[in-house]
Order: sequence, then C-alpha cells, then structure tokens
Amino acid sequence: MIREAMEMPPKGGFSFDLCKRNDMLVKKGLKEPSFLKTGTTIVGLIFKDGVILGADTRATEGPIVADKNCEKIHYMAPNIYCCGAGTAADTEAVTDMVSSQLKLHRYHTGRESRVVTALSLLKSHLFSYQGYVSAALVLGGVDVTGPHLHTIYPHGSTDTLPFATMGSGSLAAMAVFESKYREGLTRDEGVKLVSEAICSGIFNDLGSGSNVDICVITQGEKEYLRNHMLPNPRTYISEKGYSFSKKTEVLRTKITPLREMVEVIEGGDAMEE
Amino acid sequence: MTKQQANWSPYDNNGGTCVAIAGADYCVIAADTRMSSGYNILTRDYSKIIQLADKSVMASSGFQADVRALQKVLASRHLLYQHQHNKQMSCPAMAQLLSNTLYYKRFFPYYAFNVLGGLDNEGKGCVFTYDAVGSYERVGYSSQGSGSTLITPFLDNQLKSPSPLLLPAKDAVTPLSEAEAIDLVKTCFASATERDIYTGDKLEIIVLNASGIRQEYMELRKD
Repeated sequence: MIREAMEMPPKGGFSFDLCKRNDMLVKKGLKEPSFLKTGTTIVGLIFKDGVILGADTRATEGPIVADKNCEKIHYMAPNIYCCGAGTAADTEAVTDMVSSQLKLHRYHTGRESRVVTALSLLKSHLFSYQGYVSAALVLGGVDVTGPHLHTIYPHGSTDTLPFATMGSGSLAAMAVFESKYREGLTRDEGVKLVSEAICSGIFNDLGSGSNVDICVITQGEKEYLRNHMLPNPRTYISEKGYSFSKKTEVLRTKITPLREMVEVIEGGDAMEE
Repeated sequence: MTKQQANWSPYDNNGGTCVAIAGADYCVIAADTRMSSGYNILTRDYSKIIQLADKSVMASSGFQADVRALQKVLASRHLLYQHQHNKQMSCPAMAQLLSNTLYYKRFFPYYAFNVLGGLDNEGKGCVFTYDAVGSYERVGYSSQGSGSTLITPFLDNQLKSPSPLLLPAKDAVTPLSEAEAIDLVKTCFASATERDIYTGDKLEIIVLNASGIRQEYMELRKD
C-alpha cells in the first residue's frame, strides 16, 4: 500500500530532490556542466498593420560559437511567433510545449489563438519553475483583438510594450529603438528599423552575430524572412585550399580473439541429455 | 550570513589571438586588433604587436594593461643594453630577457600570453612561445590567446611532422615559403573569427626577413 503511494507521478513545478546531492558533488570538486546559451539579440515592434519580430542567429557555448545560423524565432500559432533568448534547450522546449497546448486549445474552442493565451500559458509555466527554466521571450502576434507584443522574463513576469528587446544585445538594440521608433510605421520602415536594431546587437555585442531573421505578422497573414540580411560573409578563403593527408598513425597492432561462447559438440545428439 | 569571498580581481581579459610562424629566412607574426571586455568591444583597432628590436617582434594577448607595462619594461631594458653593448639585442637574447622579466613577477604575474618572433643570429626565422610566468621554448610556430585552441590543432596538422614518437622534429623551422605562410595565417584567423567571439575586426600581419620589416592588414568579421 505504501509502495503504491510513493509511485504517484510528480505534480509539476521544480523538483528539489537532487539539489542536496548536486551541492555535495560541487563541494567535492565536480564542475557543473555548462549550458548552451544563445547570447542573443531579439526584438519586436508594433507597426501600423501588425507586429514585426527580429533576431540574430548566433548560439554560443561560453566564448565559442556553437551554431552560426540557428533559428531563434519560434512558431507558436499561425498568427503568433515567439523569439527566445537564454538557454537554447529551455526556449525550444517551452515554445514547443505551449505551441502544442495552443493547437489543442484551437481544436477545443474552434477559434484562432489569442496572444494573451500564449502569454498566460508561458508565464505560468515559467513561474512554477521559479526561474530555473532560463527562457527570456519576446512574444508577438495579431489576433481578433489586434496586434500584441509582450516580453516574458525567466521568473514569469511580463510586460506589454510597443517595442521590446531582450538578450545580451538588448541594450545595443534598445538604443536604436529609443532613437528611431515612432507610432504608425509602415511595413518597410518597420523592417528597416528592426534590421538596424539587430545589426546593432550583432556588431556591438559579442554574444550576438551572424545573420538577421525577421518575421512580419499582420491580420490574416505572416511572412517569415529567414536570413533577411547576411552582413557577415567569411572574409578570406584561400585559393589553393588545404589537404588533410596526415592520418592518425598506427603505432601498434594487436589482435585478441574473443573467447568461444558456444561449445560445438561434434555429431551426436547435443539436445538430448 | 555566509562567508563572503573576495570579488574584486586585479585582472581582466581583453581577449584576442596571436600567431607566429618561423621560416628558413623569414618570420611571420600576426594578431587580431579587437580589444574586448566581457561581452563588449572596447575598440576594433588596437595593436597587440610591438617591435622590441631590429629583429625581434612580440605579440601578446591577455590583459592589455599588463601587456603594455611589460612592453615598456622590455623597451627600457633594450635601450640600456644598446648603451652598454653598442649593438641591438639578438632575438634569442630578447627571448631570455622576456622569460626573466615574466618570472620576476612570479607571485603577481603579468596576465600576458606572448609569442616572440624574429630572425636569429644566422638569419633563420625563430619563434619563442611563453606562458604567463616565463616558461619558454623555441618552436617552429605557435599560437596564444582566446583563439589558440582553434588554431593550434590546424597548424599542427599542416606543419607538424606525423608524430613526435616516430619522427622527432629536429628542425624548429617550417618548410613553407613566405607567401604560403602568410596565406596560412590569413586562413587561420578567418576560421578562428568564425567560431571565437573574442577574435575579429582586423588582422595585423608583420613579416620580418633579410630585407627588413613589412606590415600588412586584412579585414575580419566584425560581429
């Protein structure tokens, strides 16, 4: 009876079971594994007809670039997209999860998803994990109530803004927005401003780099502009090229036959004993 | 209240990468020109290379304040040497001086990762590589700094003899021509810039040979 009670599934939220053991290991000198963080510059702004989201494409692992062209603008619903900064696994997992939940909700209600729905689902998930799910998001979309843009912080707080930036390059991008943003921008002006803000992050923040991704969402329509700008081509490619002929050299060869596992009995009735 | 640890450090890392390759009658020394702190760029146009003597050029990455102080100490010592001996210091002599200067501050080190390149007394290229406290070795090529972990394996593959176990490399000099060495250096930096966030902006290349000293620049990615 007691055994059955212990095997109940966990109710969700952060499980503190392993914390004591992790502390003990760190004290003994174990280095905690590092996470793949996205460094990142992500932005969003509201223009005349909807919302424009932008992101850089560099993923870093400490000082090394792990992915030169990753995708940081995640699909949530046909009319809602979400940019993610922070730990790459966390942003992927949380956006995928809420995207599924939204789809089920659409089937259940028979209506187009609303941005505030995605917002509530994301913030309640992040809050229940007390900031341990390290995802900082810029959520944008257009629904029946109009265009919406929100920022969501890892601990679960949210803001509703006309223009927003997140990530390590957020200050560089915000400097551009604060100088040049005004209400009622046209689509082309908006795309140009978002590109400028992302480029500011790309060139001035070491955690961001490579290319600019843009997503334009309007009533009933969305345009995902993957690699809208490629301002960082490789600067030098050797004409003669390089060959890698030196293989790992063999120092010694030793062949050890494995012990016979099966005893073969010649003739007779092996099965009958 | 838990015990508070000291959280002020006298050091900072300004990033960057240096490379040097020695040839039969030339030496190529190169470094990027980006100076950074944390995730910020302080300047895109900072030279990490200094000519210490006629035939000795040093490139240093690490904490640039310490690097600058080290450069001043060496320049001053070289001037004294010139007054006392009426000649320029040779590269091997400068190599020893650098080692001694670094070890002098063994218990509060210069946070500087150096490569010294030049021509020895016979006119052959020489490269000396150092750690932060002065341990040094004459080698055919070397890389130091944030991108060194990306560049050294590539140089090992292109320049090193197959295995130190089978064929100890006696000659501390690469068989490449000057143009090939420069091409190799450019490729190294273009590649390191792709994957290391602290390397980029511009590449400064110094070439030392019998006809004198030459400087070349190449653009690198600025993101």
